[in-house]
Amino acid sequence: MLKRPAFHIDLKTCTGCKTCMVACKDKHDLPEGVKWRRVTEYSGGNWVRQTDGTFAQDVFGYYMSISCNHCEDPICVRSCPTTAMHKDECGIVKVDHAKCVGCRYCEMACPYRAPQFNPQIGMMTKCDFCEDFQLQGKAPACVAACPCRSLTFGEYDELKARFGEATTVAPLPEPTITQPSLVVTPGRTAKAAHSDRGRIRNPEEL
Amino acid sequence: ALADAGAAATAAEAIITSSCNVNCGSRCLLRTHVANNVITSIETDESGNDEYGMHQIRACLRGRSMRKRVYSPDRLKYPMIRTGKRGEGKFRRISWDEALDTIAAKMKDIKERFGNEAFYLQYGSGSTGGLMSRANAFTPLVRLMNCYGGFLNQHNTYSTAQIATGMPYLYGINAGNAMSDMANSKLVVMFGNNPAGTRMSGGGIVHDMLVAREKSDVRLIVVDPCFSDTAAVADEWIPIRPGTDGALSAAIAHVLISENMVDQTFLDTYCLGFDEAHMPADVPANSSYKAYVMGQGPDGLVKTPSWAASICGIPAETIVRLARQIGQAKPCCISQGWGPQRHSNGEDACRAIAMLAILTGNVGIPGGNTGAREVGYVNPFSSFPVLTNPVTAKLPVFLWTDAIERGPEMTAFKDGIKGTDRLKAPIKFIWNYAGNTLINQHSDINRTAGILADERKCEMIVVLDHFMTPSARFADILLPGTTNLEEDEFARSDYVSEMGYVIFGKKAIEPLFESRGLYEVCADLAGRLGFKDKFTEGRTRDQWLQYLLDQSRAKLPDLPQTLEEAWKMGVLKIRNPGPPDVPLKAFREDPAAHPLKTPSGKIEIFSKRLWDIGHTWELSEGDRIPALPEFNEGFEGYLDPARKRFPLQMITHHYKQRTHSTYGNIPWLKEIAPQELWINPMDAEPRGIRHGDLVRIHNDRGASVIKAKVTPRIIPGTVSLPEGAWYAPDAHGVDQGGSPNVLTTHRPSPLAKGNPQHSTLVEIAKA
Repeated sequence: MLKRPAFHIDLKTCTGCKTCMVACKDKHDLPEGVKWRRVTEYSGGNWVRQTDGTFAQDVFGYYMSISCNHCEDPICVRSCPTTAMHKDECGIVKVDHAKCVGCRYCEMACPYRAPQFNPQIGMMTKCDFCEDFQLQGKAPACVAACPCRSLTFGEYDELKARFGEATTVAPLPEPTITQPSLVVTPGRTAKAAHSDRGRIRNPEEL
Repeated sequence: ALADAGAAATAAEAIITSSCNVNCGSRCLLRTHVANNVITSIETDESGNDEYGMHQIRACLRGRSMRKRVYSPDRLKYPMIRTGKRGEGKFRRISWDEALDTIAAKMKDIKERFGNEAFYLQYGSGSTGGLMSRANAFTPLVRLMNCYGGFLNQHNTYSTAQIATGMPYLYGINAGNAMSDMANSKLVVMFGNNPAGTRMSGGGIVHDMLVAREKSDVRLIVVDPCFSDTAAVADEWIPIRPGTDGALSAAIAHVLISENMVDQTFLDTYCLGFDEAHMPADVPANSSYKAYVMGQGPDGLVKTPSWAASICGIPAETIVRLARQIGQAKPCCISQGWGPQRHSNGEDACRAIAMLAILTGNVGIPGGNTGAREVGYVNPFSSFPVLTNPVTAKLPVFLWTDAIERGPEMTAFKDGIKGTDRLKAPIKFIWNYAGNTLINQHSDINRTAGILADERKCEMIVVLDHFMTPSARFADILLPGTTNLEEDEFARSDYVSEMGYVIFGKKAIEPLFESRGLYEVCADLAGRLGFKDKFTEGRTRDQWLQYLLDQSRAKLPDLPQTLEEAWKMGVLKIRNPGPPDVPLKAFREDPAAHPLKTPSGKIEIFSKRLWDIGHTWELSEGDRIPALPEFNEGFEGYLDPARKRFPLQMITHHYKQRTHSTYGNIPWLKEIAPQELWINPMDAEPRGIRHGDLVRIHNDRGASVIKAKVTPRIIPGTVSLPEGAWYAPDAHGVDQGGSPNVLTTHRPSPLAKGNPQHSTLVEIAKA
């Protein structure tokens, strides 16, 4: 097992196909409404109509696939009143269902919306980094699924060495909040965190 | 097969190779986890080290949701016969024997009264990859009908009617360089080509594109009304009004000619019709392409960038900059998808785009392209043998409703009938297998529903499918089909650059309910119609698979010997032995030895064949078939006066939720990629429409209510309603499913008689 398991996403190749979302739902048999992995569409830009009927525009857009970042300083763990949310010895942030009361404080605290309430069991659920697959030497379902090979996983320090310093791009929050185990390769039009150039365009799908 | 299923039932879990066989243009490998005859999860290809050329065939989100299709509560469970009015959706359960007896009796009746031309096999592509369950062309259904004396054949497809008809007048073929070849380009310009949306397989074209760009970092420009998912990974997006690619191309040509960036040697050597020195003898002066562009042609218009700017919506300086980039990049790949051609002027638009490749001499060389859509490795694995159709008459696929209403009036010169001058009979019997064209995917749903509702016209409709689709509601006899996970099946690779493969898909579970496979249904009908031996040649379904394996081994020597070996192997991948495919390479190297399949053997920029057609065919008012690849306004485009009443252009992009209409009923996919209307804030705001509002999109043909996605990712004046959403009329007949075909026109394009579904004018209001 990894010491600090982390995901890497390459925004230069991610086309927002959402296969990672479905692979996750199938692997973990998640009911409707529960999405351990979510693909955010972030876009912006303005249009100006010119006198000759043409348009000037500076439109941009890209996708961001996010599950749980198994943060070094997980705010969900800090905000859990029952200690159900915890980080295990393998660096995976987990919910202990013997302790979870479904209060959803972790959901409210997490800037990535990683903890997901499952109404069928009345408790929180979340990405477990496909721990069983890792034990079998396999990649997490989302990583193995990615048609564009935009998702990878591995030891956080190794991913950082391979893909560069973890860069934060919009619409991700500043990494100082939770120290996410996430490495991002920005795309051509990536905007800085807190940029007001674009916004999340698919809130209903997340 | 039964023994193996039993073995699976006793084991804790078996992993069985399957495939996703829908018509996205790719073909994906699925690994089906089965326990106690129940599919528990679906993985995809994880074999090897993913080295390109033998890479993993990773399924997209649709294939990954396959078990939700197999176990959908909407599965048809047993044969049914219609009890209410046709289209009303009222049915009664019957036995397979009663269903097949009823079908056979009606087939005999129709054949006796109207002859074999009255039988029509509805276009469908819900099962495209499989060999024994295929929905069109090489399908057991065609073999059945050929044994029975034939059926009214079709030409063209709903995907490519205009480009497949138009391009051969220019080149003799319709083919483009492999996507992988863009690694050899200095610039790639894609017109309406969106591999990230239309070829989503991780084994297919989008992967080929991303790998090629990783190798070369080639600059990619996307010209499209929408900021597509391909634009999201491109270097530049140039938004264009739908149906105006011909005007943009003419203006780029104007810059290339004016600034001496045309390859005159190439034009003189390989082409006819560029300038007045290379024209057929018997046409008027100033009929050449150069005369057209420079304003000496009959319209007297100089095709300057500022002329095109106001038509296309693209600033003139952007057109000049694009033209200079195209003229200076050596080599440059100009490619197009099938969006620009699915228009009322599509036959001309596709050739106009190709002119940019011709003018710059980029045809037939690595890193260049013809301007057509990419072709790649062609899989030589054999198709199911269907014998020969004794009926020669072929209908343009888009005109089947006309053939129901006025078949014997339809002629070659008026309606594009091939193989005969005039049809003999109207369509009286429709087979609709694995397809939703009967209602959902054909234009003008309300018109189609009215024609089908009259039982005196088409007397019998038989539907074999998995679900109560909008088309299935119009069945007289409704038969429950197996999914390919419930039968043994082979599936071939489709569009992919550098690798071919055959997936050997073993039956994962026993067929659910009373569902049956197409081959078995056809074999039983063949028995009732008196030609079982001719149909089966004494083979079972599995023996046919063995036959196809044996037939194919001469071309693919690594194929397994037996079915048992095939199931064990799961997939055979074949690396393209040569370099990336470059169509017209031989012609480029030696045009005398390798002439094109045009009358002159050259690239015919001016087509004398089209000139003659344009002067002899009976055309609808306003229709035109120009001999040159020129900008043809067409109908229901930006310049149509009808835009006074319906000011917005509607297009229908391919959407990740579905492949056409397949997977359109899967909750997982509807949840994460809901049907929605793309509309620019500049069009939404004056109408008081905000993101997420329900809107009514309408014209004289119909209306649909759907949620608005207010987004800068589409050019103002244009909306896009993703194709394939299931038609869902309320009590007043107003669609609530966001099905674009309640709005599209049945009027065909002039030459191909093809479906112009992106030439649609609409208005939108808050619902």
